[in-house]
Amino acid sequence: MVRAAFRVAEQQRSLNSKRVESMANGTQGAGDRKQPPDDEAALSARLQRLGKRLTEVSRPSETGSGPRQTADASAFARGFRLSTELVAGVLVGALIGWLLDRWLGISPWGLIVFLLLGFAAGVLNVMRAAGVVDERHLND
Amino acid sequence: MDPIHQFQIVNLFSLGKLGNAEIAFTNSAAFMLIAVVGLTLFLVLGTAGGRAVPTRLQSAAELSYEFVASMLRSTAGQEGMRFFPFVFTIFMFVLTLNMFGLVPYAFTVTSHIIITAALALTVFFTVLGYGLMRHGLHFFNLFVPKGVPIYILPMIIAIEILSFISRPISHSVRLFANMLAGHIALKVFAGFIILLGGALGAIGWVGGVLPFAMIVALTALEMLVAFLQAYVFAVLTCIYLNDAIHPGH
Repeated sequence: MVRAAFRVAEQQRSLNSKRVESMANGTQGAGDRKQPPDDEAALSARLQRLGKRLTEVSRPSETGSGPRQTADASAFARGFRLSTELVAGVLVGALIGWLLDRWLGISPWGLIVFLLLGFAAGVLNVMRAAGVVDERHLND
Repeated sequence: MDPIHQFQIVNLFSLGKLGNAEIAFTNSAAFMLIAVVGLTLFLVLGTAGGRAVPTRLQSAAELSYEFVASMLRSTAGQEGMRFFPFVFTIFMFVLTLNMFGLVPYAFTVTSHIIITAALALTVFFTVLGYGLMRHGLHFFNLFVPKGVPIYILPMIIAIEILSFISRPISHSVRLFANMLAGHIALKVFAGFIILLGGALGAIGWVGGVLPFAMIVALTALEMLVAFLQAYVFAVLTCIYLNDAIHPGH
C-alpha cells in the first residue's frame, strides 16, 4: 500500500510538471494551440488513472470505519429512494392543491397548478438524490 | 398463512383511558421497549470497561459510535456533531427495530408507517426549529436558490417549498415500505411450502426445498435491507440537518 501511495505521489508530481510545461507552451504562442487536444486527452486520461488509483489507495482507511460501500453498492436501495422521492413530491403537490381548493373554493385550479408544481418538485428531489443537481448549491 | 397477519397490533394490557381512547401497551410498544433496553444494555456494558484493548462488546459499541460520527461529520461538518446524540439514537433505534423484526415470531415495529412518520416528522421539525432559531428568517434562503432569473423565481420557490415539505413523506415511506415489503415477501414464500406440502403430499414437501432456499436467500437480503434502511434513514437525517445548519449556500 505504501508503495502504491508512493507511486501515486510520483505520478502526481510528473503530472504537475506536465501541466507547468503545457502552461509554458501556452504562453509561447498561438501556434501551439492546434496541438493541445491530443495532449489534453492524454492528460485527462492520466488524471482519470490518478483518480482511480487515489480511490484505491484511500479506500482501505474508509472500510475500517464501517461497511459504507455496501450502502452505495445496493442499487435496490438507490432505486427505491429515487422512486419514493418522486412519489412524495407528487403526493404533497396534490394534497396541497386539494386543500387549497377546499379552503378557497377555486375548484380545479389549485389541484392543477400544485399537482404540476409537485411533479416538478418530485423531479427536483430525484435529481438531487441522484446527484445530477448539486444538493442545494446552484451557484456557489 | 395470511402474510399480513404478522403486522397486527395486539393489546397486551391496558394502561387506562384518555378520554374515549384506550391507552394500551401493545406488542409494538413491547418491542420498542425491548429494543431500547437492549440498546441501553449494549452501550452501557460496552463502554463500562473502557479498556485500551477493547473486548468484542466494547469494540462493537465503539464501531457504532465511529460509524455514526463519521457519517455525521462527512455530511453536516464538525458543527453537525451537536446533533450526534439525536442521529445516533435514531440510527441505533431504527437499526435495532429492523434487526429484531427479522427474528421469527418477532414484531417489526418499523413496518408501521405511524412509527416511521413520527420519526421523520421529528427530524423535519427539528430541522425547521433549529434552522429558524439559529438563522431566523434567513433560514428561508433555503428556498431561494441563487442565480435564478427573477421572472421564474416565484415558481422555483414554490417548487423548492414543495420539495422541502415532501421530505418527511419520502423519508418515512421509504423505511416503512421496505420493511413491509420484505416481510410480506418472506411470509409469502413461507406460505408456498405449506401450500406445496398440503397439495402434493410427500413430493410437495420435497419440492418445498425450493421456496425454503428462497427464504434463506431473502432473509440474508432482508438483513442487508434492515441495515441499509437504517443507514439511509440516518444519512438523510444528516443531510436535512445540514440544511438547518448551513441554509442557503
